[in-house]
Amino acid sequence: MSNRVKTDRIVITAKINGDERTFLADERDSLLEALRERIGLTGAKEGCNNGNCGACAVLLNGVLVNSCCVMAAEIEGAELTTVEGLAGPEGLHPLQQAFLEEAALQCGICTPGFLMASKALLDENPHPTEHDARFWLAGNLCRCTGYDKIIRAVLKAADQMGSNGR
Amino acid sequence: MVSTEKPRQYKVVGTRPIRPDGVDKVTGRAAYGADTKAEGMLFGAVLRSPHAHAIIKSIDTSKAEALPGVKAVVTARDFGAHAGGGVVDLGETRGQANYMQDNVLANHKVLYHGHAVAGVAATDQHIAEDALALIDVQYEVLPFVIDVREAMLDTAPILLDDLRTTVRAANSTLPTDKPTNIALHMSLEKGDLEKGMAEADVIVEREFETGMFHQGYIEPQNATAFWNRDGEITVWTSTQGAFSVRDAMAALCKVPVSKIKIVPMEIGGGFGGKLGVYLEPIAALLSRKTGHPVKLWMTREAVFQATGPTSATYMRVKMGAKRDGTFTGAYAYLAYEAGAFPGSPMGAGAQCAFAPYNIPNQTVEGFDVVINGPKTAAYRAPGAPASEFAVEAVVNELAEQLEIDPIELRLRNASKEGTPNTVGQPFPRIGAVEVMDAMKSHPHYASELTGEDVGRGVAVGFWFNGGMESSSSAAVNSDGTVSLILGSTDIGGSRASLAMQLAETLGLTMDDVKPQVVDTDSVGWTHVTGGSRTTFAGGWVAYELGMQIREQMRERAAQIWEVDADKVTYGDDGAIHGPDSKTMSFAELSGQLAATGGRIAVSASLTKNTQGPAYAGHIVDLKVDRDTGKVEILRYTAIQDVGTAIHPSYVEGQIQGGVAQGIGMALNEEYIYDDEGRLRNGSFLDYRMPVANDLPMIDTVLIEVPNPGHPYGVRGVGEVPIVPPMAAIQQAIYDAIGTRFYVTPISPRRILEETMPD
Ligand code: FES
Ligand code: FES
Repeated sequence: MSNRVKTDRIVITAKINGDERTFLADERDSLLEALRERIGLTGAKEGCNNGNCGACAVLLNGVLVNSCCVMAAEIEGAELTTVEGLAGPEGLHPLQQAFLEEAALQCGICTPGFLMASKALLDENPHPTEHDARFWLAGNLCRCTGYDKIIRAVLKAADQMGSNGR
Repeated sequence: MVSTEKPRQYKVVGTRPIRPDGVDKVTGRAAYGADTKAEGMLFGAVLRSPHAHAIIKSIDTSKAEALPGVKAVVTARDFGAHAGGGVVDLGETRGQANYMQDNVLANHKVLYHGHAVAGVAATDQHIAEDALALIDVQYEVLPFVIDVREAMLDTAPILLDDLRTTVRAANSTLPTDKPTNIALHMSLEKGDLEKGMAEADVIVEREFETGMFHQGYIEPQNATAFWNRDGEITVWTSTQGAFSVRDAMAALCKVPVSKIKIVPMEIGGGFGGKLGVYLEPIAALLSRKTGHPVKLWMTREAVFQATGPTSATYMRVKMGAKRDGTFTGAYAYLAYEAGAFPGSPMGAGAQCAFAPYNIPNQTVEGFDVVINGPKTAAYRAPGAPASEFAVEAVVNELAEQLEIDPIELRLRNASKEGTPNTVGQPFPRIGAVEVMDAMKSHPHYASELTGEDVGRGVAVGFWFNGGMESSSSAAVNSDGTVSLILGSTDIGGSRASLAMQLAETLGLTMDDVKPQVVDTDSVGWTHVTGGSRTTFAGGWVAYELGMQIREQMRERAAQIWEVDADKVTYGDDGAIHGPDSKTMSFAELSGQLAATGGRIAVSASLTKNTQGPAYAGHIVDLKVDRDTGKVEILRYTAIQDVGTAIHPSYVEGQIQGGVAQGIGMALNEEYIYDDEGRLRNGSFLDYRMPVANDLPMIDTVLIEVPNPGHPYGVRGVGEVPIVPPMAAIQQAIYDAIGTRFYVTPISPRRILEETMPD
């Protein structure tokens, strides 16, 4: 094993939560590491670092990804939405509001991932059934809630978004 | 669905407000332990043992230290003196300081795959990880033992040279002066077991094994520590008990508690797994060596290898009953592995085993055994799911042999107020009968179950619930709100449940109370958030604070009105009333406090040794796929005596979460070790916890039998729901395919071995 350690820095520019940001990362950084330790957006959480819990989920060009499985370098020029970008100036996103009202979080560590995955679900399928929601969200682990209240919150948000045209 | 024994008129208790910390947690702003940032912070990583059992012959850290960017490497030697044998109270469990230290960093031997050997601090996370590969550890590999029964044999490899069996069993024949893996042999006896068995018309005796299950919190352990040049240590960590971490740190780092401040960050689940210390002392040693704050967090693999889990067990249970169903005698043999250091939750398992029932003659014998696995940690009703699984499975078999409905059989033997428990103390007011009645009359139980290979099962569960020590303070603000300062870390909504109890006491709304969790320098000693105790004991403290505020508000109004304080009353709506229809709202008086003698601030601490025990009864329908071995949960109903549901949504959530974990234990979750004692499934992919499409909605029924030992009738609710699932599911699988499984998890592999024997 060689003693030389690579600490090569790369400059990345991407649109994060609506704003163009340029930041320095290590070329070995995952997107999750870059978000958390270089950019200071700690809303995406590390639960497993290998794609099996969904706590780090973000939307990359509108597509749901686990940020621990994406290299930071891959987001050059991309558009990224993290949980920090979900609420607009007009207030909480209906999913966020529904999670609060339905008590869909206990410890809350899985919540950012569930919110982003649910957003991707509703973007693609605005009127999911319980079955749809359970299968879509099967990549997100929650150890506290047994999923019951999370599923209810997602279906409630879908209902409300459907009725007010959001 | 909520049913109440005696409806009480509460304004805040029993409502479902949005939790005070909610917005931060849905917007990503809430700061969990791994989100910590400090000026000049270094990143750490931990080297772990590749062997299950080995002597550390040498550790050469020079190459790692020479790597550019590496600031320090620490090993057990950096602890200096070895911690003594003093005991650190972790709430639901206890630990001996010297063993804790050896668990945090292996001393001269590694005792399990993943045992921490060294820690590194570097300027960058990647460099810290690279440095691990440069640490040269020479091991002499030893034979290992993981199975609890094998570890009890005279021929087993010995883990701890100094360990001798403590005997607390009347007829023990175990030597107490020889090296052993059996840390404790105990027995609990009531009545005359032989006589009880002689009176029985039917006796069922079975053997059971349960797997090693992990708590599975989604947030890995983490710690950031700063050892300042003046000797003051600050630790930011996700923990269930800031004060228990402080005590453990003091014992391991050999500094007085006054030099240590623990800042509890938001915590991403614990379930008992975050009561002790793992990374905190390593981060502190690295900080002392570098002069910088050091942040560490575990990989998921390390979480599985080196934290948690609960004990794997081997058990035998024998129960006798008369034809009419009366239980006459019961015996349980419980062998629980503790991982590499003593201290499994066997004792609690022993006391819970027969607690749902009034059985005059019973003996429970238990063994606490060390093995080459991670030191077990508390896990939701620690010790109870295993022993009660065995007992409930035997009760279901007795019901079948006696041809009595299984719920009816339980009702005939149910513990009631005054029934002596396993250690001979009478139960206080408990809701066992109410829970069983509700099971029997629930539409789920009467519903028809159709289809092929479908089955239904029932089981009940018991858990003590803890009391222990809690502290809080409160201050009245000039706008009529009240700040509530909490020592309990909030793992799932306790800011809400505690603020609600203060609001109720003061006749205010939930919005009027501002709860905040603070560090160990800012509030009195408070026990862990565990043992289902926080809403109970913390709520009681909140009530005391409220009563003190009411008293002082009355006195102040009397002063302002220039009347006797006993002429002034405090109304249920928070208004203060005096003679001649004088009245002031809480907010009006709050605004005048500064000018009329000063603002009001109060504090309270209390210790409760007991609490109201909890009972749960579950009904499950499932379907077995004979071709794949997969079990599909079709319907699940969880009925529980919750005392008073302060915030019913979070009570339901606790029950649903406990059920999901219990289903995981019953069907899929399990540690798998290979021939070399290495954990093979240390990832969320291979340690298979339930996901959203594995489960149906989980119906809850909250029975409210108020706990007479609490101002609002609170009983702990969090732990007992994990107790019944294993037995209920075992019974339902039998109902579906005619096979009784005595080993959990009843995994697809085990089912296929039955349904497709070739
Ligand atoms: S941390 Fe990315 S999926 Fe778990
Ligand atoms: S709320 Fe704790 S993991 Fe989902």
